[in-house]
Amino acid sequence: MTTLADPGPVFAALADPTRRSVLTRLAADGAASATTLARELPVTRQAVVQHLAVLDAAGLTRAHRHGREVRHEVRPEALTGAARWMTTIARHWDDRLAAIAALAEEPEPS
Amino acid sequence: MEDSIVRETVVAAPVQRVWEVLTQADYVGRWFGADKAEIDLRPGGSFVMTWAEHGVGLARVERVEEPKLFSFRWALEPGVEPKPGEETLVEFTLAEKGDGTLLKVVESGFSTLDRPAEKQEWHRERNVDGWRQVLEAVATNFS
Repeated sequence: MTTLADPGPVFAALADPTRRSVLTRLAADGAASATTLARELPVTRQAVVQHLAVLDAAGLTRAHRHGREVRHEVRPEALTGAARWMTTIARHWDDRLAAIAALAEEPEPS
Repeated sequence: MEDSIVRETVVAAPVQRVWEVLTQADYVGRWFGADKAEIDLRPGGSFVMTWAEHGVGLARVERVEEPKLFSFRWALEPGVEPKPGEETLVEFTLAEKGDGTLLKVVESGFSTLDRPAEKQEWHRERNVDGWRQVLEAVATNFS
């Protein structure tokens, strides 16, 4: 149980290989338009637009107008949040494993 | 890599003893930090943990292969029955290591959480590289 935000949408958005490609591309080379992304990736512009909508909804990217085109950029906060969530879960398991070990290593009651 | 967390530790006790601590309700309550735990230790059996502070955690036993494997599916939210889209899988494996036990836990299924429209697609893609490569790319470029 955790009080951190539910990372489901982030993980779900990242479960798709094309969306991971889009995000990796945006992270590596900076903001780009759907048209540019469609030229670089083996998908149609329409598909890119749909994937960007999912990434936007998960808080992973945001759109902004740059002159005549709409560019999309990475919002690292959501990824950082998901990573922090994973770290917290991992720490919980470390604590539980340590508790299991301590109980198992106790001398048996005689 | 998958959407999973893997942790392990070596316990200075025999496998059978670790199995008891892992699966007997009295012990489970203690290592889970719950005020009370109830387990029906068989596949499909219910597994309920009660915290005065957080409420009730509901899980369903998945596999019981004494003394090597114990797994369950649990719901992310307190008071919610585990079901696809709202659960993760927790799997413990035990193996002899010297005089002790190598105890490993894997929690997986985070990307299936809250994913109504695309579940089927996800099932086809279970084994693709996870999100970590993206995390790494972002960490490299934004830190």
